[in-house]
Amino acid sequence: MYEDILKKYSPEKENLISILHDIQNSDPQNYVSEEAVQEVSEYLNVPLSHIHGVLTFYTMYSTKPRGKNIIRLCESPPCFLKGSENILKKLCEILNVEVGETTEDGIFTLELCACLGVCGNAPAMMINEDVYGNLTEKKVEQIIIDIKGRA
Amino acid sequence: MKSKSHIADTHKYNFNYENRVVLKNSGIIDPENIEEYIGVGGYKAWEKVLTQMKPMEVVEEVKVSGLLGRGGAAFPAGLKWSFTAPLKAEQKYIVINADEGEPGTFKDRLIMEGDPHKLLEGTMIAAYAVGASKSYIYIRGEYTLCISRLKKAIVQANEYGILGENIFDSGFNHEIEIKIGAGAYVCGEETALIESMEGNRGTPRSKPPFPGVEGAWHKPTVVNNVETIANVSAIINNGADWYKTLGVEGCYGTKVYTIMGDVELPGLCEAEMGTSLRTIINKYGGGMKNGKQFKAALVGGAAGVFLSNEMLDVKMDFNTLKEYEAVLGSGAILVMNEDVDIVEMLWSVIRFFRHESCGKCNPCSNGTTVLYNLIDKIRKGKGKEADLDELIRISEAMFLTSFCALGQSPLMPIKSAINNFKEDFLTKIK
Repeated sequence: MYEDILKKYSPEKENLISILHDIQNSDPQNYVSEEAVQEVSEYLNVPLSHIHGVLTFYTMYSTKPRGKNIIRLCESPPCFLKGSENILKKLCEILNVEVGETTEDGIFTLELCACLGVCGNAPAMMINEDVYGNLTEKKVEQIIIDIKGRA
Repeated sequence: MKSKSHIADTHKYNFNYENRVVLKNSGIIDPENIEEYIGVGGYKAWEKVLTQMKPMEVVEEVKVSGLLGRGGAAFPAGLKWSFTAPLKAEQKYIVINADEGEPGTFKDRLIMEGDPHKLLEGTMIAAYAVGASKSYIYIRGEYTLCISRLKKAIVQANEYGILGENIFDSGFNHEIEIKIGAGAYVCGEETALIESMEGNRGTPRSKPPFPGVEGAWHKPTVVNNVETIANVSAIINNGADWYKTLGVEGCYGTKVYTIMGDVELPGLCEAEMGTSLRTIINKYGGGMKNGKQFKAALVGGAAGVFLSNEMLDVKMDFNTLKEYEAVLGSGAILVMNEDVDIVEMLWSVIRFFRHESCGKCNPCSNGTTVLYNLIDKIRKGKGKEADLDELIRISEAMFLTSFCALGQSPLMPIKSAINNFKEDFLTKIK
């Protein structure tokens, strides 16, 4: 099932992190499934426990299905200073979810993350691979509406 | 990889204020076109070392320049190279630490996005100096634009014969590969980074052996920060003596500072080592936002120090700040105005460490949680004055007993916040 991804990499453990990224990005639910873990384990000849250890160590991976779009709001000090808590409240309110949850329509998962390195434009968040900065409550509302419109 | 920025650039800024070495080409040349880099003198230093210099001469030049590591620890780069260069090994590696995760730090991102070839050139020079035929650039997974630009730059350098086999007929071969992180602050620690590169959980290794002797796949490995390496080509082109005309005694060159928070023009600037905090805020940061009063600056990121207005005129360089029990760290400067509550800010800093502790050692994984519970209690108005001593006592114990720098880091922000802004804490305690 994941042959197309696996064959891009030589079967060495050092490729594990990149392989897991590719698998997660290819999954419509943005996660790494148990079947994928099995297949990677066989391909790399690495124990399942090792892969689970890696998957649960890094914050960018998920072992549970998520929404189509992953919102990662920065909660580090520079964004905190610029009001990320208010942005979080607003996001929870308009999406009707708590942190870590997925919206009922499956379009968004809301997560918090550490510094994204765009602090000059704090508060900031990433949605998938796109960065949004200088956030205001009004701005995030519009961003969510725009993405929903494209969904 | 598709990546776009939704950040509108509304600032007008005069770059002529700055004395740029590292960021000289950023914003001027097209970072995705190798010919533009070559057009402004790029890869001249690479050609010079390959055709005119012996590896040990390169090490010596960087050593004499006094270049200090820019990742935060300020270890002399030439000295680091000199440990690895004489070692006999079938394989040595250069690893570029581009896992920039210190809150408030985005200098490496802008170096990689703005001038990826400069990083490649410095990497190759380091590789030649220590005798490494392969280099890795470990970039945090969130930096998608850096990843795509560096991948493109590597392809171009190979096409032009600047990388590859028998480069410029010198007999030297070199290959550079990108490795990607997956979200873990601790991977900025060099041995944790190596673990991650090898496909493991990013937990730190015991030192010694240091990576310079036994690093990636147990081979001698020099790990350098992006900004450090981005200085190297200028040192080779202009000489160590020129480099030492910049900055202050013992701390030469420039520093790329990231300035943010309550200033008019948040962003980055490159200034000579030793520039005062006041100058950085007023000249490069556009002054305090909305004319508010300066209260504090968190310098060096979460692992940094809360400075009060008494420090506004102190020289910002690694050595001078050390005299004041402060740090420059990564060069992040988070400016706070008179309305900011330092208790809240310290709470945010400790929350960060609690989240990022990797779980390998007890002092850090338990300590960060205990610290968080204490500061949370104070924040909610349920603390006692003795809790302040407890915060310092525990972070001191963590400093002494933690396995790596992560667990040693909370001490500095905690101690400086409590010592310099005690009023804020006492107001909450009452």
